[in-house]
Parts: sequence; structure tokens; C-alpha cells
Amino acid sequence: MISIEPVAAPGAPLARRNPVAKLAAALVFSFILIATLDPVAPALAIAVQLAVLPLFGIRYRVLARRAWPLLASAAGILVTLVLFAADRSGRVLVEAGPVLVTSGVLLTALGLVLRMLAVALPGVIVFATTDPTDLADALIQNAKAPARFAIGALAAFRLVPLLGQEWQMISMARRARGVDAARNPVAKLRLFVSTAFALLVGAIRRGTRLAVAMDARGFDAGTPRTVARRQRFTPADGLLMAGAAVLAGAALTVSILLGTFRPLIG
Amino acid sequence: MSAVELRGFGWRHAGRKAWAVRGVDLRVEAGERVLLLGPSGAGKSTLLAALAGLLPEDSGEQEGVVEIDGLDPRKARERVGIVFQDPETQLVMARCGDDVAFGLENRGVPADEIWPRVDEALRRVGFPYHRDRPTAALSGGEQQRLALAGALALRPGLLLLDEPTANLDPAGAALVRQAVAGAVDVDTTLILVEHRVAEALPLVDRVVVLEPGGGVRVDGPPAAVFAAHGDALAESGVWVPGRTVPPRHAAAPAGDLLLTADRLGLPPRLTPTDLAVRAGEALAVLGPNGAGKSTLALLVGGLLKPGTGRVTAAPELAGADARTPPHRWRAPALAGRIGSVFQDPEHQFVTGTVFDELALGPRRTGQPEAAVKGIVDGLLERLGLARLAGANPYTLSGGEARRLSVATALATAPRLLICDEPTFGQDRQTWRELVDLFAELRDAGHGVVAITHDPDFVAALADRTVTLERP
Amino acid sequence: MTQPTGNRWRTIDIVIASVLGVAFGVIFWAWGLLWNGPADAIPLPGRAVLYGVWLVPAVLGALIIRKPGAALYTLTLAALVSVALGTSWGWTIVVQGPLEAAAGELAFALFGYRNYRLPVALLAATLAGLAASIYDVFVWYPGTAWGSFRLPYILITAASSLVVAGLGSVALTRALAGTGVLDRFPAGRERAAV
Ligand SMILES: Nc1ncnc2c1ncn2[C@@H]1O[C@H](COP(=O)(O)OP(=O)(O)OP(=O)(O)O)[C@@H](O)[C@H]1O
Ligand SMILES: Nc1ncnc2c1ncn2[C@@H]1O[C@H](COP(=O)(O)OP(=O)(O)OP(=O)(O)O)[C@@H](O)[C@H]1O
Ligand SMILES: [Mg+2]
Ligand SMILES: [Mg+2]
Repeated sequence: MISIEPVAAPGAPLARRNPVAKLAAALVFSFILIATLDPVAPALAIAVQLAVLPLFGIRYRVLARRAWPLLASAAGILVTLVLFAADRSGRVLVEAGPVLVTSGVLLTALGLVLRMLAVALPGVIVFATTDPTDLADALIQNAKAPARFAIGALAAFRLVPLLGQEWQMISMARRARGVDAARNPVAKLRLFVSTAFALLVGAIRRGTRLAVAMDARGFDAGTPRTVARRQRFTPADGLLMAGAAVLAGAALTVSILLGTFRPLIG
Repeated sequence: MSAVELRGFGWRHAGRKAWAVRGVDLRVEAGERVLLLGPSGAGKSTLLAALAGLLPEDSGEQEGVVEIDGLDPRKARERVGIVFQDPETQLVMARCGDDVAFGLENRGVPADEIWPRVDEALRRVGFPYHRDRPTAALSGGEQQRLALAGALALRPGLLLLDEPTANLDPAGAALVRQAVAGAVDVDTTLILVEHRVAEALPLVDRVVVLEPGGGVRVDGPPAAVFAAHGDALAESGVWVPGRTVPPRHAAAPAGDLLLTADRLGLPPRLTPTDLAVRAGEALAVLGPNGAGKSTLALLVGGLLKPGTGRVTAAPELAGADARTPPHRWRAPALAGRIGSVFQDPEHQFVTGTVFDELALGPRRTGQPEAAVKGIVDGLLERLGLARLAGANPYTLSGGEARRLSVATALATAPRLLICDEPTFGQDRQTWRELVDLFAELRDAGHGVVAITHDPDFVAALADRTVTLERP
Repeated sequence: MTQPTGNRWRTIDIVIASVLGVAFGVIFWAWGLLWNGPADAIPLPGRAVLYGVWLVPAVLGALIIRKPGAALYTLTLAALVSVALGTSWGWTIVVQGPLEAAAGELAFALFGYRNYRLPVALLAATLAGLAASIYDVFVWYPGTAWGSFRLPYILITAASSLVVAGLGSVALTRALAGTGVLDRFPAGRERAAV
């Protein structure tokens, strides 16, 4: 289910880094890897990520639980390529009607699947180790994000776990008043849609009141804000970002040296 | 420290033809402590919102003048602290300490002063947890105290409290009142809205009564006001201390068994509980905040699936469905047999107007349209909602919303009625009307289960009480 | 209309845009499971028929808030939230989200942030759909054929976006206005008093 709590062991050396630095490191790492289509560089990158995982204080089992939707995605990529690959060179492995699977197709698919994983995992790691409040603070203090927007987003994000409860409440209210769908699938769909709509309406109404409450405590007063929780950007944070770039670059370099590199564009 | 001046003040909410408040002339000096009274819907909450500068120009129409220390309240927000009736919607941050600090950051308080002031405010309201505690893990009473701390930390010159103890158990309410008494500086001006006058009197030195649509009706020191106008005020709906309401106990002994709960529970919200409800009796369920009363109501009402134990409805209540538990009944059948009133009225509304809200139940249980109109009009009239028939349920005042939610359950005249806090936020008039409605229903042989923190309500109506303990 | 606040975002603008962003982040998260789960039964590019859902917040945010940056902010936040909850595209949505959103924003900017009627909404949705699918084709589906995959994919996505994100957002805004929750926004101001 939806969980927004960080799962890292507190005090893990890399989990403690400035959230902006983690975010930037993950972005750099991912985007260097997006540049290639070969399987070697992403495979190396995944190995690197799994190796540093303990430094982020995440156990492998926890990562697997957070990352399982990625596997579904991988399957999707495989199917798409098997059906629509442009390059069908290589040895023919399967030929069934319009489906022609060759070793070239499989190699491309493997590259893409590995690349998807390599690109997605840093995001999972960052958000699994970062408290949303700290992220908003760091965005404001270290990345010069506009404070009003960062805080507004943070306040709204707090509503996520409440949405599930609200859904249950709406369903119960309807049932108490004699509204249900019986066993009729069309009515079920209608009820689902109208419950979802009621949830959105409720969320907006809540937001309106939240905005009033924030104004009541001087949110929009125009006075320059101070910060209660200082987020520091230390040399170690810079090092983390540089490290990410170097490691991703190294993976690419190895792939180029091995002659497997296939640039995205070109 | 701040003085309040209202001259001919009025406000009309966008989308309404009637003025929420009008013609208010009032001056509150710095350091005064005022209890603001008036019938439900008289405009008390609207007036507080105006003083806090929280009525945006684009949400209605203003008339007359309102000033805090000679300033427009929208420009004087840093002098005012407000605690709304519903604490849940006023918490902004995910951790308790951060939430109190939020206001201080906005006001530009230097960083090294923030945490000492946060700790001081939390201490003054008697907040029991560390400031790292997630705000989502607080009970209603704790949220209320945190909201109060958030307002106090700003050291407002004017503190506005709108029914700060609604929904709290008596012990929790006493704690919050104690916190207010101990937390307010001598020179803070206080305006408090509270229907239950007796409990609030020790906190105030002046009483102001609003007349719906007609400005200030009475104004003066509590003793003088209640001595001179006690009867007239009680008549118009104010809870004048010392004036009790005649009880309405059952005339006949309770009838057949309607429903039993055996070891009914839902861990961790409710520990296994036994309960039996008979026709023609009013049963009150009491217990501290967080004891699981609302959970019990939902389980017995056939809205939640029991975690442990079971609910059995007698054939008397269940008709053809006597062999299945209520949570498996079809919704129209359920609505015709067991009516539920939720603790938060807004959780219960599913349509866009007051009229449709009341008509929904009777329509779903198959009443002809003419009968529906008769039922709805009767309820609107009795509960003082007739002029609001076309209004959106979410724009009602606190007390109006509560009455509407009770009325929606009454509309299908269910054999068993389960109400969660049916009387909070009511003035004396509407309170009596509600008690009469429940009593009539009971005397006609229906079962009534009421969850309540209101001792007057228990004294007036209950034939039997059950008390839950905190798990 | 007089513009007391002009183009400055009020607190309520920020909070409601954020609430929309967060709500759609959750929807994206759930939609992602559907997209890669049951919807796998429809192979790409046909599955792009469902694509419009990803672009709703850009148009909806702009139609409700009616301030410069609303499309960009709402969709970017939705993308970020879906990443935080864990989507299968992970991370790169942090870049793709703003890109699509900027394309949608462009439509409203072209009309000086004064026109929020149907045609502009449709234009915004289409632009966002084009941006999204072109990005996809290059980044996620390299090595696929133009004729049998890429062109159909782009066209179907744009059409889906036009219908779901364009028409859908206009209809949703109207429905929301009818409930009274948008009373403090221009979109909700045309209702009768009771
Ligand atoms: N947001 C709103 N939009 C439209 N009408 C409103 C709104 N809020 C309140 N009203 C109406 O204004 C009138 C005064 O409401 P207000 O909440 O100020 O009453 P109140 O004195 O606080 O009542 P209660 O004791 O029941 O809380 C009511 O008739 C109510 O229906
Ligand atoms: N939807 C929910 N999910 C999880 N826990 C819940 C939920 N609703 C309530 N709880 C928890 O279950 C316990 C019992 O809650 P419940 O609302 O039944 O108490 P209550 O007796 O009605 O309290 P109050 O007097 O404050 O209304 C509380 O600790 C509460 O935090
Ligand atoms: Mg009120
Ligand atoms: Mg309760």
C-alpha cells in the first residue's frame, strides 16, 4: 500500500546527507545512464547501487518491497519490443506468425530493461531515505525553491495517508443512506466514479480550510520567513553528488572501452 | 493587548441571500475576556473569522467597520490568534513541534528563539508528548491542545476560541479550559464562543449575546446579564446557568430485543464489547476520547465488518434478513432498519443541497415523492433549517450541520437509531427539539443508541448507560 | 473581472494546486499499476489510448487556478508525488513531468493567461500529449519502428490527451464548480444565491 514514511535506518551515513544533494546525485546518476542503450553500463550501475545500499541504511528486502512495480514495467518493455522492434537482426529464436524474436531483439530488450531499472532505482532510494519535511526545508534553503510553494506542497502531501480513510468514510456514508451497487457491474462502476469524485471534492474542501488555517498563522503576511530547522549543505554533500557523477561516468566508460556502447541518439 | 471595535458590522457569505451577522456594534477593550453567545446560526463563527481577518473579500459582502487596534483585521493578522472548532483542519505540519513553529517562522521570529517558544507553548497547554510526535497520531483532544499551543506561541494580543472543547470528553474539556486559563497572559484579550455557559464562566468577565440578524442583544458582566435577562435568554436558546431542562424518560418499560453484540471488537480500535438494545429504550454510550465508541457505532450500524465477535439482529428488526449480520445487508434494507449519525456531520453528506440530503434516504427506501416532501418539510421546520433548504450542506454553521446529519437519519424513521454525539454545538432551543425528537421516536417503540459526552443529554433522555474504557 | 491579486498566487491557490497535484500523484501511482498490470493486455501503441490520464493535472490545474505557472506546478508536483510513492518509471518522470507540463502551459501563455475556454484547454492537452509521447518514443522506446510503432503511438497519445485531459478537465472543472468547492476561484463564481 501507499507508504510515505522513510524506511532507512536512522544515522546511516548516506541517508543523512542533505536531501537536495541526494536528489541531485540521483538525477545525475540516472541521466548519465539514459544516454546509452547497451546492457553493460546499466548492469554495472545496478551493481553499484546495490553495493551502496547499506550506506543508505536500507535493507535489500525493503528495497524489493518498494521496487516491485518496476518488475511489471520490465515485463511491459519486453512485450513491446518483441512485437514492435525495428531491428530484427541476429539469430532467429522464435517465429510464430507475426512474432519474430531474434537475438538482436532480446539484446535490445535486455538493455532497455536494465536501463529502466538503473534509472529508476536511485529515485526509490532517495525517497525511501528522505523525510518529506526535510526535503521541503532543503529545497527552500539549499536550492532556493520558493518557500510558499514548497510548504504548500508539503502541507498537501500530509493528506495522502488520510485519503484512504476518507474513501472508507464516504463509502460508509453512502451505505448508511441506502446507496449501494448490489451486484450490478455498471452500478458498481458508477459508484466507484462518484466516490472518487466525492474524494476529490473533499480533498479540495479540506485544502480550502487548510489555506485559511495557514493564513491565520501568518503564512501570507509578506514578512520574510525564518527557518526553525536548518538544513546544511556540507562538503560531504558535494562529494556525494560528485561521486554519483563519477560512478555513472565510469559505468559508461567501461561500456565504451568494451565496445558495447550504443548512444541513445545517433 | 489588542482592542476590538465593530461599528454596524455585517457579513453576507457569497451565495447566500441572508446576512450571517448584521448591525453589530461592539467595543472590546484590551485585556477583556468576553464570552460570545447566541443561538446556532447567529453568526458567532463568522464574527470570529472577521476579527481574525479570515473573510476574504472574494467570499462575501461586508458592511460597516471592523477594526483591531484601529487596523483592518486583514492587515492586523499578526496580533490575532484563532483556534477553530475543528482542530483537524488547522494542523499544517507532520510533526507536532514543527506545527507550533510554523506560525513563528511565518512571522519571522529569529531562528534561535523559535524552539524555546515552541517548548514553552507546549508546556503551557500541558501537551504530553515530545515535539517529534507525528500530528497524525493525536486524538481529537490532543489535536485541540496542539492547535491552542500553535496560537499561543505567537503571543497574540487577541485570542479567539471557537467552541474549543466540542467533542472532548469531560476530563479533556476541563484540561483545555485549564490550559486556556493558565495560558492566557493577563493582558491578552480573549473572545470565547461556547454554548455551555456554566463551564466557560470562570474564564470570562463579560458576556455578549448576539441576536440572529440583529446585532448585539445583551452585553455586560455575567452575573448582571443572567440576573436581568435570564428567562428571556433561556427562551431564545441560550444555556443560562442553573436552568435545567425537564427530563424525558421512557413512560413504558423497554420492549423486545432488537439487536445484540457479542464480544464485538475491531483491534486495535475497539476491544471486545457486549451490548444489547431493546425497542422503546434510549441507551447512552459513554467513555473517554479514543475508547472506541465511534468504532462501536459503525460496527453496530452495519457499516464496518467486525474484527471479532458478531452482531445479531432480532427478527423484530431484521425481518427477512434475520440470519445474516447487518454488515452484509443490502444498503436500502439497512437504511430502512438502522439509521446512523456520524460523529463528524460532514462525513455523512452525499448530496449538494439540504433538501436533497434529507430526501435521499426516504427515496432510496422507496417512499412516494409526496410522502418524501412531507417528511422533509416536517424535519426542516422542527430543526430550524427551513430557510436553508437550498443551501449546500458544507456551508452550514457547526450546529446546523449537526442537526441536518441527525435529521437525515431520522428521515427514514429506522427501527434502530445510532447517533454519535448528536447534541454537540447546539443551543438550548435546538437541543431540546432534538431530545424531544429522540424521545418521540423511542416512545413509538424504536430503539435509540446515543454516544455522548454531554451529561445533560444523558440526564434528560437515557434510560440506561454503558461505559467503554480506553483499550 | 477586476484583478485584486493580479497574477500573484494567493495561499488558497497554492494549497489547492498542491492538493490537486498530490491527489493526482496518488492517482498516477494507482494508474501506473493498472498501466503495467491489467492494461498490458492491450499492447502498445494501442494502450496509448489511456495515456491522457497522465496529462489531466496540467489542464485541470490551469483551468481552476488560472494563474501563470498553474499547469506547470500542478503536473510537476503530481509527477514528484508519484515518484515518492514509487512508480515504475521512477525517477525520470521528474524530468518528463515538467516537460509535458511546460508544453501545456505554453497554450495558456499563448493566450496571455486570459482565456481558459474549451479550445485553449484542448490545445494545451494536445501539446502536452505530443511532448509526452515524443519524449517517450526517444527515451523509452528506442529501436522501435516509426511506421508500425512510433507514429501511431504519438498520434494516439495526442488524441487521447485531447479527449481525456482536454475535454475531461473541462467537464471535471464544471462538475467541481457545481459542488461549491470552487467558490473562491473564478471557475466557481457563476452560481445563484439561496
Ligand atoms: N461558508 C459559508 N457559506 C455560506 N453560508 C455560510 C457559510 N458559513 C456560515 N454560513 C451561514 O451563516 C450563518 C451564520 O453561521 P455561523 O457559522 O457564523 O453561525 P454560528 O453562530 O457560529 O452557529 P453555530 O453555533 O451553529 O456554530 C448560518 O446561517 C450559516 O448557514
Ligand atoms: N480509521 C481508523 N483507522 C485506524 N485507527 C483508527 C481509525 N479511526 C479511529 N482509530 C483509532 O481507534 C481508536 C478508537 O477510535 P474511536 O474514534 O472509535 O474513539 P471514540 O471513543 O469515538 O473517541 P472520541 O470520543 O474522541 O470520538 C482511537 O485510538 C483512534 O485513534
Ligand atoms: Mg459556529
Ligand atoms: Mg468518536
